[in-house]
Amino acid sequence: MAYLDHAATTPMLDEALEAYVATAREVGNASSLHASGRRARRRVEESRERVAAALGARPSEVIFTGGGTESDNLAVKGISWARRAVDAGRIRVISSAVEHHAVLDAVEWLERHEGAEVGWLPVDGAGRLHPEALRTELAEHGDRAALVTAMWANNEVGTIQRIGELAAVAAEYGVPFHTDAIQAVGQVPVDFAASGVAALTVTGHKLGGPVGVGALLLGREVAAVPLLHGGGQERDVRSGTLDAAGIVAFAVAVEAAVKGQQEYAAGLAALRDDLVRRVRQAVPEVVLNGDPTDRLPGNAHFSFPGCEGDALLLLLDAQGIACSTGSACSAGVAQPSHVLLAMGADDDRARSSLRFSLGHTSTTADVDALIAALPGAVDRARRAAAPRTPR
Amino acid sequence: MRVLAAMSGGVDSAVAAARAVQAGHDVTGVHLALARNPQTYRTGARGCCTLEDSRDARRAADVLGIPFYVWDMADRFHADVVDDFVAEYAAGRTPNPCLRCNEKIKFAAVLDRAVALGFDAVVTGHHARLGPDGLLRRSVDEAKDQSYVLAVLTREQLDRSIFPLGDSTKAQVRQEAAERGLAVADKPDSHDICFIADGDTRGFLAQRLGETPGDVVDATTGAVVGQHAGAYAYTVGQRRGLHLDRPAPDGRPRYVLSITPKTNTVTVGPAEALEVSTVRATRPLWTGGPRPDGPIECEVQLRAHGVVVPAAVTVDGDTLHAELRRPVRGVAAGQAIVAYRPDPAGDVVLGSATITG
Repeated sequence: MAYLDHAATTPMLDEALEAYVATAREVGNASSLHASGRRARRRVEESRERVAAALGARPSEVIFTGGGTESDNLAVKGISWARRAVDAGRIRVISSAVEHHAVLDAVEWLERHEGAEVGWLPVDGAGRLHPEALRTELAEHGDRAALVTAMWANNEVGTIQRIGELAAVAAEYGVPFHTDAIQAVGQVPVDFAASGVAALTVTGHKLGGPVGVGALLLGREVAAVPLLHGGGQERDVRSGTLDAAGIVAFAVAVEAAVKGQQEYAAGLAALRDDLVRRVRQAVPEVVLNGDPTDRLPGNAHFSFPGCEGDALLLLLDAQGIACSTGSACSAGVAQPSHVLLAMGADDDRARSSLRFSLGHTSTTADVDALIAALPGAVDRARRAAAPRTPR
Repeated sequence: MRVLAAMSGGVDSAVAAARAVQAGHDVTGVHLALARNPQTYRTGARGCCTLEDSRDARRAADVLGIPFYVWDMADRFHADVVDDFVAEYAAGRTPNPCLRCNEKIKFAAVLDRAVALGFDAVVTGHHARLGPDGLLRRSVDEAKDQSYVLAVLTREQLDRSIFPLGDSTKAQVRQEAAERGLAVADKPDSHDICFIADGDTRGFLAQRLGETPGDVVDATTGAVVGQHAGAYAYTVGQRRGLHLDRPAPDGRPRYVLSITPKTNTVTVGPAEALEVSTVRATRPLWTGGPRPDGPIECEVQLRAHGVVVPAAVTVDGDTLHAELRRPVRGVAAGQAIVAYRPDPAGDVVLGSATITG
């Protein structure tokens, strides 16, 4: 079995799993006043400090959440609501068409249900945002802008954005900037304070932690209206009993991922470059999508002309190779990737794409297995897509 | 064999897939997404392509331990089945969309894709028998028999099809599903037309074809006896919903005898005028043996779950002609005539054609 879908989720690190199990054995609600509660609270607060230190934030800026989707929703909706509460004219949300659905759908929800305006920033053929485009947008609409949200690195095609430059432009206009850094943390250097962003999403299961826990780093001066009301456990912005075991394991994973990032990324990129080179050899007409150099070290994203991505996935899956077609709707129907369409790809190129993503358990043997299976699969997928004579 | 099991989310296709696994095949489950917007199609137990059905199919595949995917066939389904359905009604004929779906989607688009991807056959939960002799036969469960809607399959299509349920009754299938721990064991049967959400065919057609008022004419007197909002909404043999202004002179009920799209006229008359002894049909297909060169005595069925009557059938070029030994009421153009050879091991489908008159 060759698991080439680490961008979907990656195996937990041993130390994170051990920390999870050890903490889960202990009873205690971090909000309780007795000894068990204090012990749980201590674990949570130590974890908060570790996450903050690893990502260049203050501990008070770490808001633990139930994962990336919640963090994105809290940032997009919460900050927009807070800005609008202070100034009713701040109704514009600025975003890009290549965002993950957790951001995209939250933005569209605000547009549909709360009368928000949306400024969509264009991307180029490699999926890159350009600071000048943001400047133009803000020069025209800055006085109505509630929030800018743009991902640090794209989950599908792997393109890395110049987040520091984009955040600086937003800062000139005094508009808070949120970034979804889910794919970035552990693969590229991420420093919350140095980046100048107001809010940053990170999640556990993409970097060796558990599913269902993540954080929103939220600048101390940035207000957000809560999505979840209740005990107000996290800075009164997020309620819900703290998941001490998940948070501890998350912190262990974040710390490990950030500490080893440089060496890890170099090794990963070398393996990925090998994969790209060999895929090109095996299927010469393949198109590599995304930025050729400024991309996540674990990401390889291709279009296979004449094939349908979902047919290729089925054929590779049958040979024990796990990869992804990108976005899927709730029924599991393969949709042409909105990211590729935003990059100017036509429907065919968007439908013919597959993502291979490497992670900490990936080996040359995984790439070997892919290369052994790929030419035959491409051949078959092409035949399956060929137009047939009508009966 | 590597086989692709089409899984609708219902009990039949789940058990069919289970039997294929048990028979030792390498089975992959596929659910067909047929609705462009799943919410607009029937929801829940009665449908064939809703999110709930997709989840039920996925869950059944989980229980069987087979790979499972969703194939998007919405555009093909819309063009080949839904648009065809509307066009047929507009032309004054009465289509059978399930039959068309088998002919164009399940055993064409899906089968072709499956074969291209390296599968040897498609498995479905249809109630019909298809044995090693390659002959398509009625199910042992005559009430659930679906050989009629499969009779449009060509030799090539049949050769790549597996129907594991033909020797079982529906009750046995449900029982087996329960024993296998399949949650769909007691899911109600699907019926009616999956793409008409509320079951209102007339409303569905009116939305697409618009209202085109016209006359309802009595066949015997030639008198206009009522008005209709669109001739397409009627089907031969229909009695209800005629809303006639005047009772028939003899006081007996009247039925739709014919629909004439050209003049937008619906012609009505007494029940006996519906009786037909000769049926003409086009596009004949003969899979139950060599194509006959003269008239042959067999049985014919003229609509799904319709009566079966003896007939002499002649196939000549692109037409099929049947002399019914007993008159039949309510024969509608657009439906299929299916010829069967009676057989104690299950009546054999000989051939089929599309009724023209």
